[in-house]
Amino acid sequence: MSAPAPGMHSRDALGVAARLGLLMGRPNTEVFSETLLELARADRSILAVTSDSRGSGKLTAFGTELPDQTVEVGIAEQDLVGVAAGLSNAGMNVFAVSPACFLTARALEQIKNDVAYSDRAVTLVGISAGVSYGALGTTHHSLHDFAALRAVNNIVVVAPADNPEARFAVLAAAASPVPVYLRFGKASLFTLPVGDAAFAFGRARVVRPGNDLAFLATGETVIHALLAAAMLAETAGLDCRVVSIPTVKPLDSGAVLAAARECRAVVTVEEHMVNGGLGEACASVVARAGEACALAIVGVPDEYTFTGSQADIFRHYGISMEGLCATALSLKGRPGASA
Amino acid sequence: MPTDRELALKSIIYRRELLRIIKNAGAGHTGGSLSCIDIISVLYNRILRVSPATISDPDRDRYVQSKGHSVEALYVVLADMGFFPRQLLDTLGRAGSHFVGHPTRKVPGIEHNTGALGHGMPVAVGMALGARLRKSAFRTFVLVGDGELAEGSNWEAAMAASHYRLDSLTAVIDCNSLQISGRTSSVMNSEPIDEKFAAFGWAVRRVDGHDFAALAEALKAPLAPGRPSAVIASTVKGKGVSFMEDAASWHHGVPDDAQYRSAMAELDARLAALGGEAP
Repeated sequence: MSAPAPGMHSRDALGVAARLGLLMGRPNTEVFSETLLELARADRSILAVTSDSRGSGKLTAFGTELPDQTVEVGIAEQDLVGVAAGLSNAGMNVFAVSPACFLTARALEQIKNDVAYSDRAVTLVGISAGVSYGALGTTHHSLHDFAALRAVNNIVVVAPADNPEARFAVLAAAASPVPVYLRFGKASLFTLPVGDAAFAFGRARVVRPGNDLAFLATGETVIHALLAAAMLAETAGLDCRVVSIPTVKPLDSGAVLAAARECRAVVTVEEHMVNGGLGEACASVVARAGEACALAIVGVPDEYTFTGSQADIFRHYGISMEGLCATALSLKGRPGASA
Repeated sequence: MPTDRELALKSIIYRRELLRIIKNAGAGHTGGSLSCIDIISVLYNRILRVSPATISDPDRDRYVQSKGHSVEALYVVLADMGFFPRQLLDTLGRAGSHFVGHPTRKVPGIEHNTGALGHGMPVAVGMALGARLRKSAFRTFVLVGDGELAEGSNWEAAMAASHYRLDSLTAVIDCNSLQISGRTSSVMNSEPIDEKFAAFGWAVRRVDGHDFAALAEALKAPLAPGRPSAVIASTVKGKGVSFMEDAASWHHGVPDDAQYRSAMAELDARLAALGGEAP
């Protein structure tokens, strides 16, 4: 009998979460499906289009209650996205749901041409995103989707960090006049403190103030940044800002520049390759504004991805409270840093 | 609705016009445009319930040109239908023009942006499903090339169209038997196309893709209730200009001045024989 797999957060991290009073929520995919069902009951033009993904998309209840608003295309992601674009042409408000790894790689050309270029306001829902599938391996990981879709015109790219962000993202996507990509993982998520800003596409949320260093994080990594910031306050007396950036594109460049100018040290965090993701997007904003700050980009490096659960992979690459504390303290050029 | 004689005249006039705009632009997909121009003509002149006045009507018929590279044929027909002034065709390929080498919705009358092959069928399936969900009677037509059928996404859509019994959907296959590298039968044989579509559950009919009456007859209604229709149109790449016919080199060949004069003279002679004249 093997030992149980370690969870996403260490005992210390759970202690910090408890001291912050954080409550554990549910997987974002569940919030997505509930919110979509709620919207679809009131608006018969809303459709869920699936590619044998009803179970993993938590859409079984949706399909049972609203069979006329459910379209199944089978294991055929290119068809999924093309059909979604055609349904949009016919006046339907379409949510096309498929594992992010297949949706944004196999059907990338359909996303680029049939949705974005053709200006069809489809919502593409990438489920089990990032390394949510863990030990299923690289075929099932989507560590390229931010980079790929950042390079496509006319699509909003959103990775919600918690259940409220997920709900707001679904509501905003349903009302969006332009295509949207929503990225959801499988894990249950702590709910972040409310922070300073209401949710809107293109707007970052400061979930913890501070000027010693800024964590700019997206999706399911934001909680680790928040726990690291709290830990650094407890152990090193540092006031670290934590910014949740649900919208990777268009990026809230104002929030990024404010972090660079006011904190002079920035750690970006993402469940994505370090190439072409949030970190490089932030670095570009800072450099193009003529600013300089100490910067670390935390994500998955350009290598054969470490194997294991999502938690194992996160820990391996330093996407954890402990890992982010170490990165922050070692950041060269950080104000107050020894080297 | 144009008479058979008027369609015959248009067939020549459209060919003159698409050669003119390709010559003017210095680029274009000449051979494929000439192979599908009669199909597009019959669709817009006889079949499709869509016009500049109804292009925003949710119940309009839909046309998707999956073989987007033959856009010059579509531009010429849309101009004739009054979707935009003919003069705009002179901007084809020019800086800042929406008249690019593949269809975009920036051009009035175009339903969907195409150009990458294998995209039209899934989109058309979505449109036909949308018609059913909206309880609308509109029909959806998609024009696909025979070489294009090598793209696997076509067959994902063919499966879905049959699964959902989409009899409001008609695919027209422009079977000119040539693609950029040569004979489709030698590059990647897509035949027997009829048996493939039939095996996927489609109702199938083969027609002469340059015979207006046969095309109109095949397209006027779904071929069978409860099944999508595949109209396999046998065509000639480069049709209508003797030296362009059935030659892969004219896939995106642009005539030089002498070739252009020769092609126009040939078309003008045919027009004169029918008692028509160039606009």
